[in-house]
Amino acid sequence: MAKELTAAQRVALARDPRRPSPEDYLHGLFTDFFEQRGDRLFGDDRSIVGGIARYHGRPVTVICTRKGKTLEEHLQAHFGMPEPEGYRKARRLMEQAEKFGRPIITFVDTPGAYPGLEAEERGQADAIAQNLARMSSLTVPFVAVICGEGGSGGALALSMGNRVLMLENAVYSVLSPEGFASILWKDSSRVEEACEVMKLTAQDLLELGVIDEIVPEPEELESLGTRLRIMDAALTKHLDAVVRLKDPARHRQEKFAAMGEAWIRGGKT
Amino acid sequence: MSQLFENRRARFLELRLRRKGSGVPFAPKPGMDPLFDKCPQCGQAVSKLDWQKTTGVCPNCGLHRPLTAYQRLYTLLDSGTFRELNPTLTGRDPLHFPGYKEKAAGLHSRTGLGEAVVTATGTMDGMSVVLAVMDSRFLMGSMGVAVGEKIARAARYAQKKKLPLIIFCASGGARMQEGILSLMQMAKTAAAIESFQKSGGLYISCLTNPTTGGVSASFAMLGDITLAEPRALIGFAGPRVIEQTIGQKLPEGFQRSEFLQEHGFVDAVVPRSEMRETLVRLLALHSKRR
Ligand SMILES: [Zn+2]
Repeated sequence: MAKELTAAQRVALARDPRRPSPEDYLHGLFTDFFEQRGDRLFGDDRSIVGGIARYHGRPVTVICTRKGKTLEEHLQAHFGMPEPEGYRKARRLMEQAEKFGRPIITFVDTPGAYPGLEAEERGQADAIAQNLARMSSLTVPFVAVICGEGGSGGALALSMGNRVLMLENAVYSVLSPEGFASILWKDSSRVEEACEVMKLTAQDLLELGVIDEIVPEPEELESLGTRLRIMDAALTKHLDAVVRLKDPARHRQEKFAAMGEAWIRGGKT
Repeated sequence: MSQLFENRRARFLELRLRRKGSGVPFAPKPGMDPLFDKCPQCGQAVSKLDWQKTTGVCPNCGLHRPLTAYQRLYTLLDSGTFRELNPTLTGRDPLHFPGYKEKAAGLHSRTGLGEAVVTATGTMDGMSVVLAVMDSRFLMGSMGVAVGEKIARAARYAQKKKLPLIIFCASGGARMQEGILSLMQMAKTAAAIESFQKSGGLYISCLTNPTTGGVSASFAMLGDITLAEPRALIGFAGPRVIEQTIGQKLPEGFQRSEFLQEHGFVDAVVPRSEMRETLVRLLALHSKRR
């Protein structure tokens, strides 16, 4: 893959609808998938799909975001923006994985949490916060993969893995570049500049210590077979490593406690 | 660095001085009416003395004006017990974002704050606590690496010393100027709170205007007990973003403290005048001393 792409070009690639979706990885790499629906509190959010499956024979819990492929599916899933029920369903499945000792694998591609009226009413902030807290203490190994857009807290709420992998042309950021430009510069036309400044590419995040490995991508967007092979190799390698961790919860606590520590001045205690 | 200590000392002296007076002084800005200060909500002319007596609550309409972190600490802690934690901890500029360093330095010299949160220990009615108080004057109280680190350290300190933790949130969310590392502070703070709570620690979260974005979706919503000041804006997405998404105006009172309580996310809406006694009561209910 050409390495000379600009950040803005990668943002466009990350959002390209022809790009294989998290569900393509789910159906291509896992067998015996049993979907579990609903948060047991209010409803079932179609922008998150999760359940039990086998990965190379081993039972795992797998959770994917979902943008949908048809217009009807897009609308159903708010173009991949989860509501609180989606995050609470994910938490329910994670807690169940912990109970039965299954590793957790997530595939994330979302512009962010859905900013709707009902989503707020039903506690979007609460749903995300509870996921973050709970993910930090799960006793089972956890690998997260950012496949396309890693949009803000809505993506982080599914991504606190012992290992966080990222596809070469995926992006992961505190806010969309459009939002960033309009908030900081009050000028939504400076999106391209925002893409550069924000440091949202896989290479940037690897250097900042936010992710653990970049999963290479072939040139053609639709080359699903090649993509599955590369993803399989990366996932196998990291899953094998994390299942050997003595204390995955502690590992995650320490990993996220160290985020950004190189960017602090002073404060010895 | 010596400038930093200079400012700290000035702040500290100010805090000590205030303890001797009554109420919280709202220093008049240049060009302001020296005696009266109009309420920004109802327009009523309220005397400076009354603002002091009510610690920034409008006697006419009940508006709770923002308090600085040091004013808030003054209203809560027993006299002479304030000890700041990590006073010199500040952030840097991971994105080399144009103008960010200068802006932070300017705010520092104007407010004496090293960052958007002040963490401290002290006692309330004789009971030791760890407090973290955000200050919206510093880049809207946004959470960058330093804020996340100070919150996480406060939680770890409380865990180590087996003390209750009280956090006063006031924040627009993640610090955009620090990019993805700000987002990661949500994970860091939530993990530190989770570990503290699992160890048996009591965490009381106090939501003040505004508590939104990445702060609301991390430590703010994780309290064992969640209190809110009246009419504070609390939510994940900002009202304007929601209006754009759904294409209609939001109802009056949406995302306010009372709305959150009605929907099950806040234990109690507590006016500022009752905040200290409420916290003291809750601390006593969790205290081993009889
Ligand atoms: Zn008023």
